[in-house]
Amino acid sequence: MQNPLTRLARLGRATAAALALLGVGTGATLAQPRSDIVVGMAIEPAGLDPTVAAPVAIGQVVWQNVFEGLTRIDGEGRIQPQLAKSWTVSPDGLVYTFDLAENVTFSNGVPFDAGTAKFSLDRMRATDSTNPQKQFLANVVSTEARDPKTLVVTLSKPAANLLFWLAWPASVMVEPGSAATNRTQPVGTGPFKLGEWRQGDRLTLVRNETYWNAADAPKLDGATFRFIADPQAQAAALQSGDVDAFPEFGAPELYAGLETDDRFETVVGVTELKVVAGLNNRIKPLDDPRVRQALMMAVDRASLVEGAYSGYGTPIGSHYTPNDPGFRDLTAVHAYDPEKARALLAEAGYPDGFALSIKTPQMAYATRSAEILQAMLAEIGVTLTIVPTEFPAAWVDQVLTRHDFEMTIVAHAEPLDIAIYGRDNYYFGYDDAQFKAAIASAETSLDEEKRLEAYGTAQEILARDVPALFLFVMPKLGVWDARIEGLWHDEPIPANDLTSVSWRE
Amino acid sequence: MAGLIAGRLAGLLLTLFLVSVAVFAAMEVLPGDTASARLGTQATPEALASLRAELGLDRPAPERYLRWIGGVLTGDLGTSFTYGVPVAKLVADRLAVTLPLAGLALALAILVALPLGTLAAARADRAPDAAAALFAQGALALPNFWIGLLLILVFATTLRWMPSGGFPGWEAGIGAGLQALVMPAVALALPQAGVLTRVTRSAVLDMANEDFVRLARAKGLSRRRAILRHALPNALPPILTVLGFQFTFLVAGAVLVENVFNLPGLGSLARQALVQRDVVVIQDVVLIFAALTILVNFAVDLSYLLLDPRLRARR
Repeated sequence: MQNPLTRLARLGRATAAALALLGVGTGATLAQPRSDIVVGMAIEPAGLDPTVAAPVAIGQVVWQNVFEGLTRIDGEGRIQPQLAKSWTVSPDGLVYTFDLAENVTFSNGVPFDAGTAKFSLDRMRATDSTNPQKQFLANVVSTEARDPKTLVVTLSKPAANLLFWLAWPASVMVEPGSAATNRTQPVGTGPFKLGEWRQGDRLTLVRNETYWNAADAPKLDGATFRFIADPQAQAAALQSGDVDAFPEFGAPELYAGLETDDRFETVVGVTELKVVAGLNNRIKPLDDPRVRQALMMAVDRASLVEGAYSGYGTPIGSHYTPNDPGFRDLTAVHAYDPEKARALLAEAGYPDGFALSIKTPQMAYATRSAEILQAMLAEIGVTLTIVPTEFPAAWVDQVLTRHDFEMTIVAHAEPLDIAIYGRDNYYFGYDDAQFKAAIASAETSLDEEKRLEAYGTAQEILARDVPALFLFVMPKLGVWDARIEGLWHDEPIPANDLTSVSWRE
Repeated sequence: MAGLIAGRLAGLLLTLFLVSVAVFAAMEVLPGDTASARLGTQATPEALASLRAELGLDRPAPERYLRWIGGVLTGDLGTSFTYGVPVAKLVADRLAVTLPLAGLALALAILVALPLGTLAAARADRAPDAAAALFAQGALALPNFWIGLLLILVFATTLRWMPSGGFPGWEAGIGAGLQALVMPAVALALPQAGVLTRVTRSAVLDMANEDFVRLARAKGLSRRRAILRHALPNALPPILTVLGFQFTFLVAGAVLVENVFNLPGLGSLARQALVQRDVVVIQDVVLIFAALTILVNFAVDLSYLLLDPRLRARR
């Protein structure tokens, strides 16, 4: 089957080459490297304003390309200055004075200054703000535009992560005249601006000719994002050359085939997407830490990663990834040991196990993981019933809002979000004073060593108490045309920063 | 004739009203709303509440229904929660893909099935009939999304003659637009052609055994002429009925094929709107599906009148 087809293809290509020689085709484009790129994404963003909606797909299109922040995060996860050229922090950690970049304009011509920066932050922390990361600015007491290039932010208590949080898509700078319409007509200070958004199919960005940052000007003239949900269609689009890059390829089972293809560069990177099987700590028998620990010990994470993600992905022992600050590998705390798990269950009063249901979103990684968990938990007598639950709408309603669940499974996409276990009444229903103290210390500590130590403590408390089964960090299965350079290998924050992307000769 | 049209129009309005109530109620019952879809794992009760207030989702259900249906009656389909653009524009963009696709698929199906089915009837129980039966069985047995995948594998990824999917838009030229629709249309048309071949064969065969066809034969007409002149025209009404069903199926049921070819059609809009709980879009799309179905069936009924003088006389 393959052979005659390949032969036919070779014939077709030879004919095309002959035609090109005769000047029939578009042979002229062969000489110069391309100045555009077609990037494939599985999920189309719902709106283009990262300051009003949480889905990561929004930031993956507009962050760094259209919108910029006071600070930014680079491909290695480091915090870099952006619209704030530099800053000083008062010794008590309460006053941040930002020195802003000058001669910056939004793509609609409106100048950016301390007044716009103040507006953006005030809009984010307003009472009626629907910014999904509003809590980042919870400690902010006041913002002041001291002069056009100086912004002063005053806090009620130190915020060790403030510069990191200000780099997020949710914290980008917007201007009053266009803020309300950014959802469809995004206006930012970035190197690109929106060309056209053909909903359901593609979105084009064009170079922002008035971009302020000459040092960081993009090499591309424009870019097209195409939204292709079906993994087979993703592979077909790559192989036919319709799409140049899939920074996050959707199907691990098809990835191996692309890895052996010389036309593509494949890079397995790390992400911040932590797959955890959340437990409802409010209900019996999951309120007993021994039961949760037993469940954790019943899980062979390596086999799970093998089955659910074709072996790509990194097992984790807490709600923390290897690229987070102060990471500790805690997979050994409750390592796979079904024998010990059964003993622990018996000690907790469940020698014959019990029945449990898992509300499972439709995403492939979730359903596959749930099926594997079902088999693993059966080994210690726990009967797991899989209840399909549509994500996000139904899941958010039932699990997150009404806490109507026993067990669930979902990937948490936000970087460094271990603090969610300290949130009052978050869906896990986990409430531990020690943990909250560790997080508070980590988030307010001015001393870097102390901060990392506190994050270490927080990780260890979670690993010990198992409010959720910590499973693995999703890989970033990157695949792109081998002639492309400058795409991020890892994903310290969900993004497709195209600023330094170019084609090799 | 006028009475028939007036009756149908009243039926259309009543059906649309019932459909509007049903779809609104269904969306009410469904867990979650667009606010929860938008905020995802970051949803807090306060953020949900303020977003709902902003979108007017905190108003009582009857009020929201009346606001929606009142808009529809005055020609305003509302604004999509997800995209923030008028639903009328979204739907028009999608119909510009879905209707030509369905039309192309139907045309292909007719072009294959009508001659093949007639031939099978004319040569009943002989080699052409067996071949047609084989084709129909095969085409029916193959799921259309699988045919789509196969076409992509052969013509897009291996031969690189066709785009693997997506739609460049009609402004890129009729040629480019049609090129993007050819493979999906073939994938959609094949199973339909299978059905239509079977229907044509049996309808023509039924007619071929009628007295008037035998009379035509007795008068000395060849079997071929008797079938083409007398049996086929009279076999058209049942074939048209099936065609009507097929068209509505092609418009509403192309979601899988749209997914494989990554086409921004009405089906994929409906699917995405459902995931995002973009209720206004879902409600409008369902209404449009319903209206389209009714209109197509109406057109089929009208065509009976054109085909059969006896029906006209009876009125």
